[in-house]
Amino acid sequence: MRERDDEWTGLMRSAIAGDSAAYHRLLKAVTPVLRAAARRGLVRAGQPVDQSEDIVQDILLAVHLKRHTWDANAPFGPWLFAIARNKLIDALRRRGRRVFVNIDDFAETLPGEAPAETAPASEVAAQLQSLPARQRDVLQSIAVDSVSIKDTAAKFSMSEGAVRVALHRGLASLTAKLRE
Amino acid sequence: MDTDQLIRTLAADNASRARPVGFMLMLALLAAAPVSLLMFFTELGIRPDVMTAMRNPFFDLKFAVTLALAISAVGVSLHLSRPEASLRGFGWWLLLPAGILVACISGEMMMPQRTPMMTRLVGSNSKVCMMAIPALSLPLLAGALVGLRHGATARPAVAGAIAGLASAGLAATLYASHCTDDSPLFVATWYTIATALVTAIGALAGSKLLRF
Repeated sequence: MRERDDEWTGLMRSAIAGDSAAYHRLLKAVTPVLRAAARRGLVRAGQPVDQSEDIVQDILLAVHLKRHTWDANAPFGPWLFAIARNKLIDALRRRGRRVFVNIDDFAETLPGEAPAETAPASEVAAQLQSLPARQRDVLQSIAVDSVSIKDTAAKFSMSEGAVRVALHRGLASLTAKLRE
Repeated sequence: MDTDQLIRTLAADNASRARPVGFMLMLALLAAAPVSLLMFFTELGIRPDVMTAMRNPFFDLKFAVTLALAISAVGVSLHLSRPEASLRGFGWWLLLPAGILVACISGEMMMPQRTPMMTRLVGSNSKVCMMAIPALSLPLLAGALVGLRHGATARPAVAGAIAGLASAGLAATLYASHCTDDSPLFVATWYTIATALVTAIGALAGSKLLRF
């Protein structure tokens, strides 16, 4: 548990220093843990677990947009689980249930403990369609068609800077829409 | 969009950097301050005898109380803007202004007074005080909430209440320069009621606005 947290903390520090590959590895590493925790929370609340992937994506977006609130001198795990807990409670509350989230849901989860296959998620995909055209096109290109930022810029005859701005704004408005 | 695609997209956005919450909070408070200042100078203004009042330690100590409240509340609200933060160990800062106030009251008690205690407590500006502090603090509270929205608090209502304390502290600092009631008993009564009102508004607004 300690080792895992140290590894995450190291990856997050590299990510903040500008290493996108480290950031990608970190998000990949935390996702199964978040997924298992989301499933456990849903089971405890008597909700179908097929919504877990929506919650996982919700948490990942919040991690991304709020990562400036992580103190680089503190371990990453407690921060991550605080974000995750908050998002899970929020998701369950929006589905109109009384919520009891056990802190241990997050603290004691091992990756691979729960089935790790990806369940379909629908909320992000649905909200993607309601974004302004420019943001939607850029997100679609980078996320779904996995085109690089450089090639996306060429495709839409935009500057790379404008693609980066549209990408970030798109992720932010996606998150705002999910919260409505 | 499946989760792997989302992760790849987030990694592609790794270069984006948000400003620290403290910076955004200061910026938002600085943007809101002119509104409160304008309200203060058009409706109230600094008391005319301010030069002589400054020689009264209890006039000066009003600012010690209100600024201690504003500064400690800003500090605590920044602490709470991190999701894993709790009030434990930090809540004590909020007792600092109360401590100064208690010290002021005991100081005043030990001095010979020309007016009886109840007269000093009731003062002559209690109504203005209870309207002015909430009114002056509303723009600042709005600013503080805008700034704190850049954070990620796990306790939106508590964080909103503390934003209310901070903005009431700043508003009371302005108001204290207008008010001719300098007794710490007056401050402890009416400033506190006004601050409690702003804190309640902050908690209510925060529970809606500070979710992330």
